[in-house]
Amino acid sequence: MQRVRIHYFKGEALQYIGNLDLHKVWERTFRRAQVPLAYSQGFHPQPRIHQACPLPLGFTSQVELLDFWCDSDESLAELQAKLEKSVQPGIEIQTLTNIPLRSPALQTIVESALYQVILPEDCDLTPIQAKVNQLNGAESCLRERRGKQYDLRPLIKELTFSSSKPASITMRLMAMPGATGRPEEVLEELGISPFVVDVVRTDLTLLSIPEETETNA
Amino acid sequence: MLNRIEIKKKLKVILPTVVKPGRYFGGEFNHVVKNWDEIGLRMALVFPDIYDIGVPNLGISILYETINKRPDTLCERAYVPWLDMEEAMRENKLPLYALESCTPLAEFDVIGFTLPYETLYTNVLNALDLAGLPIRSADRNDSHPIIIAGGHAAFNPEPMSAFIDAFVIGEGEEAIHDVLDCIKSAKAEKLSRIQTLERLQAIPGIYVPAFYNVSYNEDGTVKSVEPASPKFPKKIIKRVVGILPDPPTHFVVPSIDVVHNRIAVEIMRGCTRGCRFCHAGMVNRPVRERPVEQIVNAIEESLKNTGYEEIALLSLSSSDYMHIEELVSTISERFAGRNLVISLPSLRIETFAVGLMEKLKGVRQGGFTLAPEASTDRMRSFINKPIQAEQLLETARQIYSRGWNSIKLYFMIGHPSETMEDVQAIADLCKQVIKEGRKIIGNKASLHTGVSTFVPKSHTPFQWAALDSIQNVLDKQNLLKDQLRTPGMKMTWSNPRETILEATLSRGDRRLSDVIEDAWRHGAKFDAWMDQFNYNLWIDALEGAGLPPAIYTTREREISEVLPWDHISTGISRKYLEREYQKALDGETTDDCRDQCLACGIVPTLTNQLKDKDGVQWVCLEAA
Ligand code: SF4
Repeated sequence: MQRVRIHYFKGEALQYIGNLDLHKVWERTFRRAQVPLAYSQGFHPQPRIHQACPLPLGFTSQVELLDFWCDSDESLAELQAKLEKSVQPGIEIQTLTNIPLRSPALQTIVESALYQVILPEDCDLTPIQAKVNQLNGAESCLRERRGKQYDLRPLIKELTFSSSKPASITMRLMAMPGATGRPEEVLEELGISPFVVDVVRTDLTLLSIPEETETNA
Repeated sequence: MLNRIEIKKKLKVILPTVVKPGRYFGGEFNHVVKNWDEIGLRMALVFPDIYDIGVPNLGISILYETINKRPDTLCERAYVPWLDMEEAMRENKLPLYALESCTPLAEFDVIGFTLPYETLYTNVLNALDLAGLPIRSADRNDSHPIIIAGGHAAFNPEPMSAFIDAFVIGEGEEAIHDVLDCIKSAKAEKLSRIQTLERLQAIPGIYVPAFYNVSYNEDGTVKSVEPASPKFPKKIIKRVVGILPDPPTHFVVPSIDVVHNRIAVEIMRGCTRGCRFCHAGMVNRPVRERPVEQIVNAIEESLKNTGYEEIALLSLSSSDYMHIEELVSTISERFAGRNLVISLPSLRIETFAVGLMEKLKGVRQGGFTLAPEASTDRMRSFINKPIQAEQLLETARQIYSRGWNSIKLYFMIGHPSETMEDVQAIADLCKQVIKEGRKIIGNKASLHTGVSTFVPKSHTPFQWAALDSIQNVLDKQNLLKDQLRTPGMKMTWSNPRETILEATLSRGDRRLSDVIEDAWRHGAKFDAWMDQFNYNLWIDALEGAGLPPAIYTTREREISEVLPWDHISTGISRKYLEREYQKALDGETTDDCRDQCLACGIVPTLTNQLKDKDGVQWVCLEAA
C-alpha cells in the first residue's frame, strides 16, 4: 500500500465542477487508468481519496492537492504516466509525491491560500486601489455569512494591488476549518463583481507537519 | 445572433448565478470536439429535457457515437436549460448553443430531437424558440437547419407534425446515415429546403408530414391521410437493423451527477411476449439478441473508456434472452472483485430470476423489481400477461430469504372492464407479499408498489380502447392508497391529469399541433415534471381549438375508424392488432410467439431490411 499526493492544475473546463463531483471525476480517472485504489472498510466501501480545501465554483487553480491510497507498488513515474493518459480535460497533473501512510489528512493541514485576481481592462482602478488600502488599514471588517456575523479582516493575511497591466489583486486568505476567507467576499468588500474577474488560486500554504518517523510500510 | 466567443463571455457572467452550472458547460470526458472549419456537415442532437435526464439517454449515446465516426460530419449535443438558466439566457439574448463548441444551434445543418415520450413536446418548441428558430416548419426557410425527430413517440408523429420537418420512423442506426448523406448532397447542390425535404421523403422510413394531407369526418374523426403527390409513399414503413451493430462504448461521462451514472448495454431488442398494452413490445419487433461475447466485450471496453462503476443490462424482457445464464455467469466471473454494481431489470416473475440476480449482486444491494401488472386472472388475460399468484409469492419468498429486504412491484390500473374487485385484488396481493416478507425477515421487509395508469397507445392492440375516466382512476388510486401505505409499505402512483395529457398526445392527430403551440405560448413546459405540469393550460388550449379531450381519451374508437397514424407502419398488420383486441375482450390469452409464430406481419413487411449482411433471409426466431 502506498499513499501518493498529486499536485494538479484545475482549469477552465472544470471550473463549474464542485468538490463532490470532482471527487467522482477523480474516482473515474483512477478506474480508467486501472490504478487499484484502496477501499475503506465497512458496508459501503469507498475508494480512499482525499482532497485539500475546496475551490469555489468559477475559479481555476494551479495548486490543487489530492491524496490517494493504492494497493500497488508501481513507481510514481508509472502511476503518473497512467493517470495522465486517463485524466479529463481541465486537470493537468504536475507532480506525484509519496506521503507517509499515517501523516495527517490533507484537509487538516492547509493553513492559507493565495489567490490572484485579474481585473478587466475597462475597470476604474483608482477606487479599487483606495479600497484595498482602506481594507488593509482596517482593524476589523464585519460581514454576514448565512445570517451569522463574522469578521473578514483577520482572515485576510495579505492583500496587494498592482496596476501593471493587466491590473491585478493578490490576496492570501486563511483556509483552516472554521476560519476560511473567501475571495468573492473580499472582492465584494472592494466593490468588484466576482463575475467579471478571473480568479486563480496560485498557492496553498501547508502547516509544517512534525517530523514523521514512520514511512511507507 | 451572438457568436461562440460572445456566448462564452456571457456564460462567465451567467453561470455563477444558476443552479448546477456544470450542466451548461460541456467539457465531459469522451465528448467529441471536431474542427468546424474542416468539417462541412454539422448536426446537433437535442434531448428535450435537462442535461441530468438527457445525458444517460441510450438513443442519444448511440447516435452521437455513430455520427461522430463519420469523418465528414461533426455531431454535438444540447439539452433544454432549467428555468433559472432559461430566464438568464433570455435576459442576455443568449441563444441555445451546443455544449461541445458553444455554437448556436441555428448554425447547424441538421438538428435532431429524440422523442421518447409525449410529455417532452412543449420542450421541443421551447428549444427551437431558444435557438432563435421559428417553431413551425412552414415558417422556416432555406437559411434554417433541417429539424428531424425520432424515438418511440414518433411512431405517432401527427401531433408534432407542424414543428418537425422530417421524422425518422423506427431504428436510427442506419437511417441516420441515409439522412446525413442526403443533406450533405443537398447542401453541395445548393438545393432549396423543399427540394431537400422531397429527397428526404424518398428515404425509406422517413416521413415529411408537410407532404401528406389529412381530411376529417363531420364527427371530428380522421377521414383520410393522403400523400400530396403520387410520388410519395402511401405508407411509411419503420426502419430496423437486421443485426444489432456493436453497442456504444465511448459514453460521455458527465462531470456532475445525473440520473443514471452508468454504462448501458442493450442485450436484446424487441420482445415476443405480446403484452397488449405495451408500445415498446409492439414497435420494436422482431427480437434480435446480441451474442454474449459482444456484450461482455462492450462492457470491458466501456469500463476502460469511462471509469464508470455501474452497468445496466437493458432489454424489454431479460429472462427471455436466450443465453441469459451464460451471460450472467460470464459477467459475474469476469468482473468480480472490481466493486461494480450490475443491474438486470425486466426479469420474469419466477424463482430462476432470483438466482440470476444473486450471481450479479455485488457488495451493494438495491431492491428487487418485478412487474406483475395485474392481480386477477381476468385482467391478466385481458392484458395478456398471465402469471400465477403463487408463482409471485414463491418468488417474493425467495427474494426476501436470499438477502433482499425490499421488493418493488409494478401494477397498472385503468384497463377497460376493470372493476373495483380487480383493484382490491392488487391490494390483497401486495399485503400477501409483505406478509411473506415479514415471516422471513420480520419488520425489515419492505414493499414498494408502483401503480401506473393504463394509457392506450398507438400501434398496440389497445389503440382503439378507451382511457379510464378520471373519477374511476381517482377512486381506484384511493382504494390502494388507503391500504398500501402502512409501515413497511410505500406506494407511488401517476398523476391522473398527466395521464390524460399523455393519452391525448399519444393518440392525437395533427390538429393537436395548434394545441401544443397554444399551451406552450401560455407557459407549458417540462410537462413530465410533476411540479411544473399545468393541466389547465392544456384544457384551455384544447377548448380553444374546439377539441374536447374526450375525443382522444375516454372514447372507444371504432375498429373501422381511420386512425391518425394508420399511414405509419411498424410492420405489424392491422389485422393482427384487431385480432388481439378482440381476444382481449373475449378474455383469451395469446402465447409467446417465440414458441409459435403468430404471423404478426413483420416478416413480409420488413423482409428487405431484415436480410443479414450475406443476404440470407431473416427468420423470426426459429418460427416464421
Ligand atoms: S413474425 Fe411471428 S415470431 Fe416474429 S414477432 Fe411476429 S408473431 Fe412473433
